[in-house]
Amino acid sequence: MSDEVVIKTEKLTKKFGDFVAANELTFEVHRGEIFGFLGANGAGKTTAMRMLCGLSIPSSGSAKIAGFDVYKQRDQIKKNIGYMSQKFSLYEDLTVLENISFFGGIYGLPDKRVREQARTLINELGLGKEADKLVGSLPLGWKQKLAFSVAIFHGPKIVFLDEPTGGVDPVTRRQFWDMIYDAASTGITVFVTTHYMDEAEYCNRISMMVDGVMKALDTPANLKKQYKAQSMDEVFFELARGAKRKAD
Amino acid sequence: MRILKHLLRKEFRQIFRNKAILRVIIMLPMVQLLIIPLAADYEIKKINISIVDHDHSPYSQKLAAKIIASGYFRMNDFSPGFASSFQEFQKDHSDIILEIPRDFEKSLVRENHGGLFIAVNAINGVKASVGSVYLARIISGFNTEIRMDWLPEQRVNDFPSVGIETLNWFNPHLKYPFFMVPGILVVLVTMVGAYLCALNIVKEKEVGTIEQINVTPIKKYQFILGKLIPFWVIGIFVFSLGFFAVAMGVYRIVPQGSLLLLYGFLAVYLVALLGLGLLISTYSGTQQQAMSLAFFCMMIFLLMSGLFTPVDSMPLWAKWIARFNPVTYFIEVMRMVVLKGSGFKDIKNHFLAMTGFALVFNVWAILNYRKTS
Amino acid sequence: MKQFLLFVRKEFYHVFRDRKTLLLLFGMPIAQILLFGFALTNEIKNSKVVISDQARDEASQQIIGRIEASRSFDIERVAMNQAAVESAFKSGKIKLAIIFPANFNEDLMHHHNAKIQIIADASDPNTASTLTSYASAIIMDYQKDLLKTYSLAMNIHTDVRMIYNPELKGTTNFVPGVMALVLLLVCVLMTSVSIVREKETGTMEILLVSPFNPVLVVVAKAVPYFFLSLINLTVIIILSVTIMEMPLNGSVVLLYFESSLLILTALSLGLLISNNTDSQQTAMLISLMAMLLPTMIFTGFMFPVENMPKPLQIISNVVPSKWYYIIVKSIMIKGLGLRAIWKETVILGGMALVLLLISFKTFKTRLQ
Repeated sequence: MSDEVVIKTEKLTKKFGDFVAANELTFEVHRGEIFGFLGANGAGKTTAMRMLCGLSIPSSGSAKIAGFDVYKQRDQIKKNIGYMSQKFSLYEDLTVLENISFFGGIYGLPDKRVREQARTLINELGLGKEADKLVGSLPLGWKQKLAFSVAIFHGPKIVFLDEPTGGVDPVTRRQFWDMIYDAASTGITVFVTTHYMDEAEYCNRISMMVDGVMKALDTPANLKKQYKAQSMDEVFFELARGAKRKAD
Repeated sequence: MRILKHLLRKEFRQIFRNKAILRVIIMLPMVQLLIIPLAADYEIKKINISIVDHDHSPYSQKLAAKIIASGYFRMNDFSPGFASSFQEFQKDHSDIILEIPRDFEKSLVRENHGGLFIAVNAINGVKASVGSVYLARIISGFNTEIRMDWLPEQRVNDFPSVGIETLNWFNPHLKYPFFMVPGILVVLVTMVGAYLCALNIVKEKEVGTIEQINVTPIKKYQFILGKLIPFWVIGIFVFSLGFFAVAMGVYRIVPQGSLLLLYGFLAVYLVALLGLGLLISTYSGTQQQAMSLAFFCMMIFLLMSGLFTPVDSMPLWAKWIARFNPVTYFIEVMRMVVLKGSGFKDIKNHFLAMTGFALVFNVWAILNYRKTS
Repeated sequence: MKQFLLFVRKEFYHVFRDRKTLLLLFGMPIAQILLFGFALTNEIKNSKVVISDQARDEASQQIIGRIEASRSFDIERVAMNQAAVESAFKSGKIKLAIIFPANFNEDLMHHHNAKIQIIADASDPNTASTLTSYASAIIMDYQKDLLKTYSLAMNIHTDVRMIYNPELKGTTNFVPGVMALVLLLVCVLMTSVSIVREKETGTMEILLVSPFNPVLVVVAKAVPYFFLSLINLTVIIILSVTIMEMPLNGSVVLLYFESSLLILTALSLGLLISNNTDSQQTAMLISLMAMLLPTMIFTGFMFPVENMPKPLQIISNVVPSKWYYIIVKSIMIKGLGLRAIWKETVILGGMALVLLLISFKTFKTRLQ
């Protein structure tokens, strides 16, 4: 993890009418960091992430993603980030290879490189036999790993993962986090939202959102010390006890 | 541009992989184009007539024979009483009742005039008026005939007669398929284009793949073009298949005008249509909603396009609706160029209108369509 | 029973919360009635006709006067030769041209042999033949009147009475057709999509896993659309009777009974379609593309079924709305009772039954 700052926000806010979904978020994320964005459903995690991805325009405040301004340079931001959403969003009616070459192509990778890199990727994932099968026919765990790989295929500076491990068995989850570590070690910053508290332990630093406000921002170890907790679950209970909002 | 290439490749892959949809958008229209024009025929071929003859004279029988021999009518029943004929009439077995009163022949010969009573089933207004005109002609012809029987030869030409020479241009045999096939082809292409486009985009919204697109460097216009171009190509394909294989191949409709002109208009029409599909998708969150809106629009367009009923006959407010309906224009252009050989200057206004539609629909849709909320 | 009602209630929620779809469900029939009632007609009106009077004499003026007075067309007097007529046809400006040759009066009165030329744009054969027969009728009338002054012997005069519809309105023809169209289309579309959507999203599995007879799941889906259709029907009837003077001479109960038969048929058809498709998109496309035009045509309210070639007439017998159309006309317009339409009722009921059986059977086998 280096000192270079890849995400910097200053009082970033999103309002929907009178409802403040994300309230004056101020934080920094460094290159190569695995940054966890925790919180209950409805706390504002997804809203915050959507702003950082350029999917949603903030109501006020500022943010710079990969050095680009979140209001004026959204196009640049998009070129430099990867994204994987809750629903995985690969095309179920295209094959593994077709999905990879599509997403590779639209991020501007030349065809030859796409082909070579795709081959490597497919072998690494162990999807050799499935390369020409429709994604819809793959089991969930494989889809998930494939989706992540597609998200970082073009070598983005930051990859945003929105609840990526929903519905998958613990072994596959562990394998998935191995992939995240590998990506981080190559210098890709990983920004991940989750409400699995055990996954929080895997991150370099985490923040905890409660009712739209960032209530904590530190390493897991420090937070446990601070709240005299044995696990992140306990930290969460402490922080979220007074929470008013329940569901997204 | 490379992005567009990748988008198009993905779209075409997805479409061609979906065998069920392909069957629906290609086979169904062709089958309908083959069958429907045969059914959509206004020509009134056989009118059922009941003849109630109270006279039983040579004249009444001669009149009846003449009516049947004309070929326009099919005699349903020939009865002595009005009541039984009226029953047939009520059951819709006969469309016209001709009642010949007692002493018909006698009063013609002795008192120089005779009366006939005709009841016409007016549920179908057009059939009624055409039927009564046919019958009037036959009766008048009969009248002249019996007059000639009684009067000396020279007096035959002793009165002024007006002859009518009817010329039917562009479709001398008055074949209805000539009129219907181009129109139905337009409707089928319209349905395919509009439904497919609207549904497809909404499906991405529903499933969530659109989020993935929103996050990538794909620009708004590239995404939209990536959606429109494949359907534009499909539209041209379906039109060509229908035009050459069915209209020309089966119905032997030979286009009188320029094919280039026709395809030029088709190209603009499809852009407008797909823009409409896009617009519908911006107002829909689910596929069911998109379908409902598309169906609603389609229905109105279909009815108000002049396909089955003439635009001229509509009241003013309805004519305005017809003028704001893109389908109206294409059907007119098809009929004008294919059947009459109209040229560009004849359809200049149609081109203008269609370009206007294309601009309005697409711009409106693009303004609506927001990648970010 | 209680569980069944729970399912039904859930389905009602689905339906009523989707505003845009409700727009279709209720808006379309209303729009159709209004359009058919006031805008659409088979009658040929306001057609632009040109009269080229090369004679400008007494007889031609008289005939032209009558043509103008008839208000059947929109007349313009322009001197045109055949080339000009062709050009006007091509640009769509006029539909018919009536040409009086020079010396018309003289030919008529002295040579007893005058000819009027009627040139029709037959690309639209319906308009062409109708306009031609209107014009011919007027000219023939003139001829008849001319002959009166010659006190001809043996004159037959006819007393023509139009029954059921003294003003020759087209509405009575269309309204039963619209009823058939709306009930059939909307029900098929809605049910097929509703069932397939559950399949697509996976919620169908949840329902099937419940201790609930799967057949009842499907029936529960159909119930809201059944009631909606009846409401739709009521709206159509009220609109047409009040605004369009559509008669309602027969039994209303019988009307609703027959309508229920058609609705059942449509719902079964929807189920059948959903059994054979996996995606909403396909279900919709099939329902719309396969059913819209054929239903409009084969029901028989836009084009007379008797006109169609024999094989197509046979096809129309398979279309349930065709029988319903006959039934509704008999009930509403002619005021007839079950005795007159028992045959059609049996056919319609039979179709409903057969489709129900087939669709349920396929549904069950699909589940395995």
